[in-house]
Amino acid sequence: MTTASPPPAVLGTQPEPAKKAPKRPQKRSWSGWLFIGPFMAIFAIVFLAPIAYSIWLSFFRNQIVGGNAFVGLANYQQALSDSQFWSALIRVTVFLAVQVPIMLLIAMIVALAIDSGRLYGKSFFRISIFLPYAVPAVVASLMWGFMYGTRFGLVGNINEALGTNIPNPLSPDLILLAIGNIVTWEFIGYNMLIFYSALRVIPKSLYEAAEIDGASQFRLITAIKLPAIRGAMVVAAIFSVIGSFQLFNEPAILQSLAPNSISTFFTPNYYAYSLSFNGQQFNYSATIAIIMGLITMAIAYAVQLRGMRKEG
Amino acid sequence: MSVAVEPARTRDTKPRSGHVRMRSTRYSVDKPRRSVLLTVLTGLVLIYSLVPLVWLLINSSKTQSDLFSSFGLWFSGDFALFTNIADTVTYDDGIFVRWFLNTVMYVVAGAGGATFLAVLGGYALAKFDFPGKKAVFAVVIGAVAVPGTALAVPTFLMFSEIGLTNTPWAVIIPTLISPFGLYLMWTFASQAIPTELLESARMDGAGEFRTFFQICLPLLGPGVVTVLLFTMVATWNNYFLPLIMLRNPDWYPLTLGLNTWNGQASTAGGDAIFNLVITGSLLTILPLVAAFLLLQRFWQSGLSAGAVKE
Repeated sequence: MTTASPPPAVLGTQPEPAKKAPKRPQKRSWSGWLFIGPFMAIFAIVFLAPIAYSIWLSFFRNQIVGGNAFVGLANYQQALSDSQFWSALIRVTVFLAVQVPIMLLIAMIVALAIDSGRLYGKSFFRISIFLPYAVPAVVASLMWGFMYGTRFGLVGNINEALGTNIPNPLSPDLILLAIGNIVTWEFIGYNMLIFYSALRVIPKSLYEAAEIDGASQFRLITAIKLPAIRGAMVVAAIFSVIGSFQLFNEPAILQSLAPNSISTFFTPNYYAYSLSFNGQQFNYSATIAIIMGLITMAIAYAVQLRGMRKEG
Repeated sequence: MSVAVEPARTRDTKPRSGHVRMRSTRYSVDKPRRSVLLTVLTGLVLIYSLVPLVWLLINSSKTQSDLFSSFGLWFSGDFALFTNIADTVTYDDGIFVRWFLNTVMYVVAGAGGATFLAVLGGYALAKFDFPGKKAVFAVVIGAVAVPGTALAVPTFLMFSEIGLTNTPWAVIIPTLISPFGLYLMWTFASQAIPTELLESARMDGAGEFRTFFQICLPLLGPGVVTVLLFTMVATWNNYFLPLIMLRNPDWYPLTLGLNTWNGQASTAGGDAIFNLVITGSLLTILPLVAAFLLLQRFWQSGLSAGAVKE
């Protein structure tokens, strides 16, 4: 084997019994629960119980007269005709449709470039482009927020120096774009790394074979590399979809820098947060959260199906 | 050298007879020609990634008045980095240090615990066949898609019933679960631990825990480091959970604290301390950046294992 696999790692050198393991049926026993048990116990407390409680909450309403009353699906009906909820949902959908493809495309190009081995100083590229992932969303948003600022930000500097008039990125018209840029900045490296890791494990022998067949670099990418990392693409796409629908941190933090551009119902998650913690409407907030959970799951499932179907 | 090519996904599996003939001098897959153009193009993304960090570094060396009056991407005025750092850690009786220690506590307890649970669980999924295994998969995978607020609001209500809100527990307990960590450990463990090894250990009469801690855990090293780093980042950077759970600034992590400082400027009578927000941000990201740089060979190999299957 030609070994160009990652550093001295343990991996490349391990035998690979993984795939064969299921062939020889292990004895079915409860001893696995010794190890998965603790995880599942906490999981039940912090995932399952809250979800069940959420669903329960969504069927009730705290009324001024009569206190907490069962209202069936009334909260859901209210949500479906709530223009604030719809505007939030449409906003994140637009965000998703524009930001995710751009981010994944750049991440893919960088991963392919680094993997091609044709860059000078490729490990510097890899680690530097990944670094923003280690920056908290709070710091990223503050940093970009300051840079966007017309007071002591770069936009202000540029306008001053060149006499140009770049519009304020924090204005209501551009704020979504500004947030998209922050999120893209934070996650290009993370997605690049997912793609890159998948590219690294393609057997070198495939490239050699293709080379002998006289395949061009471009063919190498379209015929070998991209199909081989489809799984990674599906995973990255699903994570990005989930992330977009849950958008909260960046708008919540930019809010103090751009109070006029970000409403309390800017994203569904922000809306649910405001309903709970500023409005004390826990039941309705839970309803919004459940609807978003269902939509997210449906879309993640669709992405997965689509990704898998192509493979067949 | 020449390993049999899996025909799996390559379209054209022409007979590969000319094997030896071709490998003469030219650049090959292993040693491609370096390309200046490609380096420059990828360099654009590199610059995009680094400019904000450079901006942060430069501006943490400025006084507040210089911040407003000078060009953002170059040094100007007095070099105030060290005064800024001193001011950051002493402001308001050293609350920043308190936040820093809180964050460390959340990371050690939360991320450490999350890694421990994920390693145990991933090992169970990879190496055991137990009743309810399929249900565990389905439930955990499904749960990943549930949005933060769907959990946060009811968790907050539940925790406030039992008096846990506004205590560190409210932040630590929910961070103990990392579905992504579980997934990573599962894929990693299924490759790193040969089933034969387990069988022989069992045949020798070693108990399950002894087998795990003495035989398997050492093999899981890179996977553990990877999961630890990623849960660390998630905990260090967590904002939403502490935001809803904590009211008392004494329990704030850094992220929440920085945002409070930033908010001061816009509250009436508040003291604008942008230089401290910027310096504090720099101090907040340094430990993580250092961890990623120092441990890179571990997590990068751990990740590529996670990416293999699927």
